[in-house]
Amino acid sequence: MASILLFLSLLALIGAWWLSRQGLASKPWLEQGATAALPPADDTPTPASKVALWILLAVIGSFFALFISAYSMRMQLPDWRAVPVPTILWLNTGMLALSSVALHGARNAARRGEMTDLRWGLVAAGVAALAFLSGQLVAWQQLTGEGYRLAANPASDFFYVLTGLHGLHLLGGLVWLGGTIQKAWRTSDTGSLRLPVDLCATYWHFLLFVWLIVLSILTGWAGEFIDICRQILT
Amino acid sequence: MAVALILVLVALGSVIFHLVSPWWWTPIASNWQYIDNTIIITFWITGAVFVAVVLFMAYCVYRFRHQAGQQAHYEPENKRLEWWLTIVTGVGVAAMLTPGLFVWREFITVPDDATDIEIFGQQWQWSFRLPGPDGKLATSDARLISPDNPLGINKDDPKSKDDVVIEGGELHLPIGKPVKALLRSADVLHDFYVPELRAKMDMVPGQVSYIWFTPTRTGTFDVLCAELCGVGHPQMRGKLVIQEQKDYQAWLERQTSQGFARLAPSPVE
Amino acid sequence: MVDVPLGPGGVVAPTDIDDVELYHPHSWVTKYVFAQDAKVIAIQYALVALSVGLIALVLSWLMRLQLGFPGVFAFIDANAYYQFITMHGMMMVVYVLTALFLGGFGNYLIPLMVGARDMVFPYVNMLSFWVYLLAVLVLVASFFAPGGPTGAGWTLYPPQAILSGTPGGQEWGIILMLASLMIFIIGFTMGGLNYVVTVLQARARGMTLMRMPLTVWGIFTASFMALLAFPALFVGAVMMLFDRIFGTSFFMPAIVEMGQPLDRSGGSPLLFQHLFWFFGHPEVYIVALPAFGIVSDLISTHARRNIFGYRMMVWALLAIGALSFVVWAHHMYVSGMNPYFGFFFATTTLIIAIPTAIKVYNWILTLWRGNIHLNVPMLFALAFIVTFVNGGLTGLFLGNVVVDVPLSDTMFVVAHFHMVMGVAPILVIFGAIYHWYPKVTGRMLNDTLGKIHFWVTFLGAYLIFFPMHYLGLMGIPRRYHDIADMSFVPQSAHTLNAFITIVALFVGAIQMIFVFNLFWSLRHGRPSGGNPWRATTLEWQTPETPPPHGNWGKEVPVVYRWAYDYSVPGADQDFLPQNQPGTARTAAGPAHG
Repeated sequence: MASILLFLSLLALIGAWWLSRQGLASKPWLEQGATAALPPADDTPTPASKVALWILLAVIGSFFALFISAYSMRMQLPDWRAVPVPTILWLNTGMLALSSVALHGARNAARRGEMTDLRWGLVAAGVAALAFLSGQLVAWQQLTGEGYRLAANPASDFFYVLTGLHGLHLLGGLVWLGGTIQKAWRTSDTGSLRLPVDLCATYWHFLLFVWLIVLSILTGWAGEFIDICRQILT
Repeated sequence: MAVALILVLVALGSVIFHLVSPWWWTPIASNWQYIDNTIIITFWITGAVFVAVVLFMAYCVYRFRHQAGQQAHYEPENKRLEWWLTIVTGVGVAAMLTPGLFVWREFITVPDDATDIEIFGQQWQWSFRLPGPDGKLATSDARLISPDNPLGINKDDPKSKDDVVIEGGELHLPIGKPVKALLRSADVLHDFYVPELRAKMDMVPGQVSYIWFTPTRTGTFDVLCAELCGVGHPQMRGKLVIQEQKDYQAWLERQTSQGFARLAPSPVE
Repeated sequence: MVDVPLGPGGVVAPTDIDDVELYHPHSWVTKYVFAQDAKVIAIQYALVALSVGLIALVLSWLMRLQLGFPGVFAFIDANAYYQFITMHGMMMVVYVLTALFLGGFGNYLIPLMVGARDMVFPYVNMLSFWVYLLAVLVLVASFFAPGGPTGAGWTLYPPQAILSGTPGGQEWGIILMLASLMIFIIGFTMGGLNYVVTVLQARARGMTLMRMPLTVWGIFTASFMALLAFPALFVGAVMMLFDRIFGTSFFMPAIVEMGQPLDRSGGSPLLFQHLFWFFGHPEVYIVALPAFGIVSDLISTHARRNIFGYRMMVWALLAIGALSFVVWAHHMYVSGMNPYFGFFFATTTLIIAIPTAIKVYNWILTLWRGNIHLNVPMLFALAFIVTFVNGGLTGLFLGNVVVDVPLSDTMFVVAHFHMVMGVAPILVIFGAIYHWYPKVTGRMLNDTLGKIHFWVTFLGAYLIFFPMHYLGLMGIPRRYHDIADMSFVPQSAHTLNAFITIVALFVGAIQMIFVFNLFWSLRHGRPSGGNPWRATTLEWQTPETPPPHGNWGKEVPVVYRWAYDYSVPGADQDFLPQNQPGTARTAAGPAHG
């Protein structure tokens, strides 16, 4: 359960830092009047949806951290046989990165107010993400073809489950992205698109990050890395 | 008024129930007197806290009940009082935890002279395996389980020759000899539970867990399963018979001869 | 449903929207069925949860009938018995308590108490309820599925949960259970995001965190914990579904079932237990923290005194919330896990007792020198303290690793958790309903019926569960369909079981008085006015009662003080609403104030 505890400690640190700025040691019964305790008027308060997205990312993060915990516990049992990583995963990783970069471009375009760049950035991101998903399906097919079926071995079970759940999260993001693209084609006002595109970009970067972690675990690099750390420590 | 009185009755009633009710733990039959002592310490501390809290509440409800013209006292907090209460609580908690951890260390540290035995659970019966004259159990694996080898003993292991297998019957143990029970399961979770022993532990398929104890009282005790294992869970019963050394020896010899008689016709692999 | 700017991310916090701009429910359907008003959603959640609670209550009757009078009711065979206990447990813990505290009270109280017009994402909020309802329907559907619901115990431990020796294991029961849990978690995540973000982003001007009522603190912390803990159950459920449907071996070691070897190998049943309790223990506090918060407000309001040690109460809530993530394996002391974990988890578990004890002290110190009005909500709050302290103290037995060994898996455990997370939170739920019903309906619940309901429920529940501890201490294991033929069980224990059953039937039946009261008072209750309890918090200061959609009429309130200005010296009444300006206080209380 190390990875989930690590992840939650990170969240706890962020939470503690945030709480430390909320005056938890103040004595509220001594403060009267609204203004005494009001923060200085903020011109641009963080939009609620942005806060919600970050919390959602924490939830999804703990979801994957738990899976990784389960993976590392199951991996130590003797019947584990590592699965060869299909080469197409590297291409897929490139596609997902490309998708993330395109969205980042769209986000910048929205800030600069360039509608054309914004539209094409969104579309490119969508296409690259779809390419990633189809690539993942091809990877599944290849593995099945090589005999690494579901239920053949826990390592392959985890391969399908982890890639599948990551794909589902991306699919959910694509629905959202689809809505944004539709909106981008209907309006010419980039201002109204800034927030949704921003949220998409954050979500995409996060999923790319999760994918890199998952990939490092499926390839066994994470395990090697941890072993090296252990050797240095001992 | 009535409320305060009922609160007092709840507190005192609970204490009286504790003292006079006929329902109490079974007389112990193993060395785990320590566990009982820890429970007693915990009962004293928690009982005192419970009575104090409820009686204090009853007093407040009576003394500070609403009356015309009365106003509550204004006092947002009292740091000193709160810190004192925290420290006292911490001490009380430590007084329960510390003996508990010491006894736990004892509980998981098996003495060197303990005899290994095996307790094997399956839906829904108990089997046992005793090591025989060599004092050692052979290795085993669930994948070796077959009709002639119900416990999945590794027959290639020379130690398996004299292992005594008791299927669905009674487990006999000699008094005064520490025993390390290795716990295995063929199918689902079970839990070897004899209330008089106090010790219990789940048996998990795919791994071997253990408990150890020294029987201290002769007699026949119920073996129950304490981890839900399917519809037959309550019917999964066995008997533990604790005997004097010579009675035990006689029983063991009978088992050995029966065991060989049963094993003889089967082809040797 | 029309005017809220939705679409990806385009949500505007309702506090920034004028009343007029907020969505207008045009029809009965959008107002009461596909409603986006948090208050309506709250009532939908509460009604569904209470209905599930009634089903679970009937299930508990059936199992008590078998325990009290074994063999008399032939239809309660072992199969049915295990199905009943499983469904009773899962329904009560997840679908009743979690849904009611967070979905019900959270939805109703958060926006009102922090001075918001609604939740920040009303549409998502609506979806959350409908997804929850779907989860309930899938769960209930398992009663009608071939083979019936699962009988694996609410802990659903593999391997037995998916094998044929368990009711529903190789049929539909377990699949529907896992699917329903996954749906519930998805729905909860939608709701939970709303509760948390509303507290973070939509508080009225002047409502600093330290001015929030403890109810909001409790629900806020619990929602956060639930968001982080439920994924563990989700992960476990996904893996178990794969094991069940696709024959994978996540949790399945090599198994010989009834003499037949299964095509599985190498999996770890303990892995599931770790995942389950990583959710399961925080879940206990997900139920407890809102109850803590609500009971603090009930006691403070009805004792006319500020909650004693507010800051300590907030810190203790946060400490309990954080600590509850590192105690999970105290449910696994006898599971066969690495025994050295016992030292760590016993220590963390007993440490968590300290902040919990602080909360109890502060509740009773709030009563001290108060001006106690023994209204029905207050009675329930007092009863909560008694049962919670009782159940919490027996928790010290079970948390202390070696003491747990003889007691685990006995009726002692059953008595303990029913007292601490069954009876205690449900008493708070009742107290809270008596307390806030006037705000929801504009009428008071009938007092006499309330008192009858209270005394029977409190004393009855205590009579059921207090003696049950001693059955466990004697060694009677839990989850036994029948305890016949145990040499150490005297006849008197069977008599006690019969007694408990009779009390349980009676206490259950008395709940009908409460249900009747809920409906009867809707028309015949005494009109309550806006603030019948003369309370300080914002929900009592709405211009209209019941509050209409948008809560606050033209202007959102501004908050000038904390939530507990009761009996302030020098003030002309014994409470100062949070939105009342001015510094009515002359002396700031004693020096250590």
